[in-house]
Formats: sequence, structure tokens, C-alpha cells
Amino acid sequence: MTRSELVTRLAELNPHLYHRDVERIVATIFEEITLALARGDRVELRGFGSFSLKERSARIGRNPRTGSAVAVAAKYLPYFKTGKELRDTLNKN
Amino acid sequence: MVESTITRADLTEAVYQEVGLSRNESSQLVESVLLEISKSLSRGEPVKVSSFGTFSVRDKGKRIGRNPKTGEEVPIMPRRVLVFRASHVLKDRINRTMRESREN
Repeated sequence: MTRSELVTRLAELNPHLYHRDVERIVATIFEEITLALARGDRVELRGFGSFSLKERSARIGRNPRTGSAVAVAAKYLPYFKTGKELRDTLNKN
Repeated sequence: MVESTITRADLTEAVYQEVGLSRNESSQLVESVLLEISKSLSRGEPVKVSSFGTFSVRDKGKRIGRNPKTGEEVPIMPRRVLVFRASHVLKDRINRTMRESREN
């Protein structure tokens, strides 16, 4: 399922809403999560999962093609931990 | 940097501010989005959200684990796990803002 298929599905479930409003709702949700992570905040959606940041320190990497050393700056990586309820649902049947 | 936690209530508030539905309906839509994503994943179908990331389901085979406290061997049954891969856009936005806030 893609973002646009998700929007179409939600629009079908909510025939009283304009398609473009459903688009804005979906966009707003992912934008809020992105903004929270960019501020360094956690996002916790009980039953679904939580988004947080993991810190990766600076390291010397290698160009896999040439083998030359490259400095890789410290960075944050978004991390998702599946919620208990969703994890259980995935393992039903 | 004071770290705080965003929850469903904050997503509901953002939808309410942005779209002008009632708070109650905004909350139901947030729930509905999470539910539809979960349903797709339960069918084993990945969910790709452009500029955000991809949620996919991976099958893990049976393996022998060990209780770290007692050292006892325990079989870990085959199971499905959810993997999230962040898009480049998301990674870049996080690292750009974090870098800026450090420099200031």
C-alpha cells in the first residue's frame, strides 16, 4: 500500500470528506511525526509503535568501490519499535 | 534540548488545526490511519509512505535462543516482525534540523 492508496482507502471509508482533505489529514500526521523527530522528540503511539532517534557517532567509512577512507559525520537515525498489539496482530494466523 | 513525547493527542490536535474537523472526528481519523496501516501489514503487504519511509513485514525462521540469566536453551519460534526503513527525505530533515540547533 502506498501513501496514495492509503488516502483512497480512507476517502472510501469517509465519503463525507473531500479527497483533498483526506490527503491533508494523512500529510499532517506524517508531518507531525517528522517535525517531532527533527526536534529530537519521541513519538509514542500505543498499540502501534514508537518512533525515536538513535545517535550514530562519527566514524571513518570506506568507499566500497575504491577502498579509500571517507569521514562519516555523526548523525541521528530514526528508529521504529513495533507496539505490542501490532506485533501480536502480525503473528496471528 | 528538552526532549518530550508526542502522542495520539498531539496528532489529533494537528489534524484538528489543519483541517477544521471536530476534535472527535480528527481523533477518529488518526486512529483510522493507524488501523489501515496495521491491516495492510497484517496481510503481509508493505506500506510505503513517500518522503517518510516504508513499513514492511519480515519472516524470521526458528532459531535456538538462550535465556541470558540461566543460560538455558530456548527455541524461538518462527515469527513475523515489522521493519521500518526511513526515507532519505526523513533522514535528511532530521539531521539538518538537529545540526542547526546544535550550531546555534
